[in-house]
Amino acid sequence: MDPTVDTATVEATIAQMPQEIALPRENGELLFGSPWEARAFGLALALHEQGAFEWKQFSQTLSEQIAKAEGAGESSTYYERWLRTLHLVTTRQDLLAPQEITDRSEQVRTEDDHTHDHDHLHDHDSHEPHHH
Amino acid sequence: MASEDPAVLTKALESLLVEKGLITSTRIDEIVKNYEEDIGPMRGAQVVARAWSDPAYKERLLADGRAAIAEFGFTDPHGAELVVTENTDEVHNMVVCTLCSCYPWSVLGLPPTWYKSFAYRSRAVSEPRTVLKEFDLDLPESTEVRVWDSNSDIRYMVLPKRPAGTEAMSEEALAEIVTRDSMIGVGEVALGSDR
Repeated sequence: MDPTVDTATVEATIAQMPQEIALPRENGELLFGSPWEARAFGLALALHEQGAFEWKQFSQTLSEQIAKAEGAGESSTYYERWLRTLHLVTTRQDLLAPQEITDRSEQVRTEDDHTHDHDHLHDHDSHEPHHH
Repeated sequence: MASEDPAVLTKALESLLVEKGLITSTRIDEIVKNYEEDIGPMRGAQVVARAWSDPAYKERLLADGRAAIAEFGFTDPHGAELVVTENTDEVHNMVVCTLCSCYPWSVLGLPPTWYKSFAYRSRAVSEPRTVLKEFDLDLPESTEVRVWDSNSDIRYMVLPKRPAGTEAMSEEALAEIVTRDSMIGVGEVALGSDR
């Protein structure tokens, strides 16, 4: 796979997002407030790249979520709405079942509590003791 | 939503989707890294800093932008030509795409929202000086303003003026102060400009 071509496709995809739902940026660069935001961003793009859903489907759902949250006066952030969209799209496309997401979240939470480690998003299998 | 903690939910979604073989964590790493580090105006900033530091490179850059950025390993996947226009005391260049939003992605990353706006696309051509003033760039009357209209075959990038007082700065330090707007030609590089 030529990484340059991949990047171009991804760029074209997100560059075409309408202004109302455009990604938060600083000086043209994407702005991620915490590591999970970057993961959630990458997750959606990777899934789309694999043909799991049309980008239009994602962006339309995102724009609905943004409108809904704003209408309700919610203080949720852009990437919280993005994540909610990801949840909706993956379940609507039958990629994941809502129940398995709930179960896995519970499991992740328990592991996180156990390791007191909220930042290492890559270490799914890490059960090393936390050093205080 | 299944979880009130977004970090937990993200982790859960990722692990499930990876298990099902729909995505790989490596690919997510690559996508994120691309956006955090590689793509974005810092590529263009590196090019500008090299041109300021190395006169031979500057000559190559102005002669054939596409070949010169390829020296950094940057390529335009669409194969568009890259024309680099140099700002001087006499000439100020700015870039627009009146038809859509053609932009030198390979060096500047993604276009800012205003670049794609109808207002910028039309006014950059009809009243460039007024537009530049709105970007806090007040050029002397004696400076000629040239507006470059991008298209799918030719992309433009501005080589901004090197600010005074930067003579002792390394190429790396110079790249730090080059802003995206200066490479679109709606700003100037200043010492202490914050990227």
